[in-house]
Amino acid sequence: MKEKIYKWIFTILAFSSLVFLVGIVFVLFKESLPIFSKISIGDFVLGKFWYPTYSPPEFGILPLILASAWVTLGAVIVCVPLGVGSALYLNELASFRQRRLLKPLIELLASIPSVVYGFFGMVVLTPFIQKIFHLPTGLTALNASFILGLMATPTVCSIAEDALSYVPHSFREASFAVGANRWQTLTQVIIPAAGSGISTAVILGMSRAIGETMTVLMVAGGSAVIPHTFLEPVRPMTAAIAAEMGEAPMGSSHYHALFAIALILFLITFVFNIIAEVISRKFRIKLGLSG
Amino acid sequence: MDNSIKMYADEVNFFYGKTHALKDINLNIYKNHVTAIIGPSGCGKSTFIRLLNRMNELVPNTSLLGGIYMDGMDIFGPSVDAVEIRRQVGMVFQKPNPFPKSIFDNISYGLKVNGIKDRLFIEEKVEWSLKKAALWPEVKDRLHDSALRLSGGQQQRLCIARSLAVESEVILFDEPCASLDPISTAKIEELITELKKEYTIVIVTHNMQQAARVSDYTAFFLMGELIEFGKTQDIFTKPNDPKTEAYITGRFG
Amino acid sequence: MKGKVLQNIGFSSLFLCILTTLFFLGTIIYFIFSRGIQVISWEFLTQAPRNAMTEGGVAPVIVGTFYLTLGSMLFAVPLGLACAIYLCEYSPKSFVVNIIRISINNLAGVPSVVFGLFGLSVFVKLFGFGVSILSGSLTLGILALPLIISASQEALVAVPHSIREASLSLGASKWQTIKRIVLPTALPGILTGVILSVGRVAGETAPILFTAAAFYKRGYPNSIFSEVMALPYHIYALMTEGAHPVKQKAIAYGCSLILLFLVLLISAIAIFIRQRQRSYHG
Repeated sequence: MKEKIYKWIFTILAFSSLVFLVGIVFVLFKESLPIFSKISIGDFVLGKFWYPTYSPPEFGILPLILASAWVTLGAVIVCVPLGVGSALYLNELASFRQRRLLKPLIELLASIPSVVYGFFGMVVLTPFIQKIFHLPTGLTALNASFILGLMATPTVCSIAEDALSYVPHSFREASFAVGANRWQTLTQVIIPAAGSGISTAVILGMSRAIGETMTVLMVAGGSAVIPHTFLEPVRPMTAAIAAEMGEAPMGSSHYHALFAIALILFLITFVFNIIAEVISRKFRIKLGLSG
Repeated sequence: MDNSIKMYADEVNFFYGKTHALKDINLNIYKNHVTAIIGPSGCGKSTFIRLLNRMNELVPNTSLLGGIYMDGMDIFGPSVDAVEIRRQVGMVFQKPNPFPKSIFDNISYGLKVNGIKDRLFIEEKVEWSLKKAALWPEVKDRLHDSALRLSGGQQQRLCIARSLAVESEVILFDEPCASLDPISTAKIEELITELKKEYTIVIVTHNMQQAARVSDYTAFFLMGELIEFGKTQDIFTKPNDPKTEAYITGRFG
Repeated sequence: MKGKVLQNIGFSSLFLCILTTLFFLGTIIYFIFSRGIQVISWEFLTQAPRNAMTEGGVAPVIVGTFYLTLGSMLFAVPLGLACAIYLCEYSPKSFVVNIIRISINNLAGVPSVVFGLFGLSVFVKLFGFGVSILSGSLTLGILALPLIISASQEALVAVPHSIREASLSLGASKWQTIKRIVLPTALPGILTGVILSVGRVAGETAPILFTAAAFYKRGYPNSIFSEVMALPYHIYALMTEGAHPVKQKAIAYGCSLILLFLVLLISAIAIFIRQRQRSYHG
């Protein structure tokens, strides 16, 4: 009897937390649908002009999507070599003591709040970039990419290192046994074996970069036009939501448009995470670990 | 010796999903005797022993036909509580599984979950069970050390003491020596022989010498069927069924 | 011979990668610490801001972050733990439960600004809590929920099945087994997850932008329905609002140092517990 009560308590609590989590998706849809009665999905996503406060307003989010794509791409260029390279170093070359120190240290660095990265970007990197490229402002896609890339590096490194450490030792021994040196073993046996695990790391790093808000809000410059180079100010989707939601009147088209951006953002990261999940499941099965 | 029946299986059939794991098992378990269950891997012997204290219920999607009776009462009966049955029928598992707690807390756990709060009684009971399990001299000075620091053999005797403390009447041993060295194995066997004076014991084992050494009765299982059951010395010297003979002489399994 | 050269080049570049990573991350921490420490004083930590955010301290801001974090954990820890216990111990192993597991994992990767919008729409507007500590805490709590659920689940799954069986075979009921055996064994893992999410929640800005944060509020918050100043938002606001950029920047350095110090300390504790736990299990 008492046992039944406990079971019910846990069932109810579990489902109420699920209600909240499912609620997010529901709210995103509910709050963004009204905008699509004013503008078609195609015009919304592919529209080149984002002038939400003009009259008549224009709600084309292509500049925002492209801005997100640019800074994410830039971040990947920074975080993949740094993160994966560090992971390979930790797994392959670091001595036991180095590894025991560095692995937790990198995990620790992954916990630095994004606003601190943004602050650093504003006070240190921005003047620096402005000076060397002789720009009117240092708040650019380049700046945002670099900071985002740095931010994602510890995450990418941690996950990639985990993937590498799952590669069975016997693979390595087998390769040495046929006379391969360590570098050949690394590039031709270990990396291919851990390949899908490493790509999971990269995808999750990208997912983190595309959803990151504070850093891009602070250092990307905020101009909502289609970017042509890395040296222009941009306004990624997250920055648009964060910067404009405070001023958008509740229930206005602008308000709903911002929710629609969040919905698109949610769907993008959702797809990324699903891909990462599928790849990592296959990876574990390939190495004979339990799914 | 008292030859009354402590437990018996009546036409037991057991299914994992659609797999017919036990077929028409009828078996008596005699009070204050050791009953050994032998047979090759996958013959259903572990499945059977887990029915005796309803541990099978932890596996989803299984079904049982027939009945298991203890002191004449169906232990799967509608008004019977599985928790109560497990208190009366203790179990010692293949691998020692002490809780990550102190030696003392491992033994007293069963008493506490059964609502006993009297500190003095618990202390006495812990000492009594450890003595019964022949572990007391080795651990009496470190009762509050973690049980995980004991050796494998000591851990297994601790697990035996743990089920003695709740005053089980029947103790089930599911390959208790599978992960132990020969010296620890000998100690456990000696203990089993000692315990049968007060308890009814069922032991599943892979090891035929062990069955011959410790048991009074032996049941031979093969592919979910009970092939032969009888006094251990009969089974090992003049088995009726050629399959039993093939198994005990090591021709398969 | 050629192989050897290639190997040397390859290994050196890997070394360079980790060196660069550590260099940049070290630089960030060094900058914030060396500049921030100049602003930190007893007064800075214990006084309220004065003269339009150009003088005085940031004590109410620190307190605000503390309230928000505490509130979010009061909400997320019981709920998340209960959810994990349900999923690991009680739920039938079915297709639906698998879907639930996968969605929880996925929600951990949802951008934090999306959580902010949810909080705005539901807690601030729909429930009418307004921009307040309550709305902010609940929003942060929902952000922490998937983290706590998956960390707890991982810890519960790691408890060996054999000791659950041992407990049941001694006549313990299911709930007794969970309470006395499973939870104590899983505790270090659960604790690590909770502490890590405390660190995460304390540093989050986007979810509180529209649900809780105010740039300036006189005095300390006095009810769960009042707006609140919080460290991460304060850093952002000092850099982008207000009329005295130079003086505000100095204070922003101080706030960044406090936030960074707190978050690194909290995470270090969690990582330390986990590290010890790992070596214990071998």
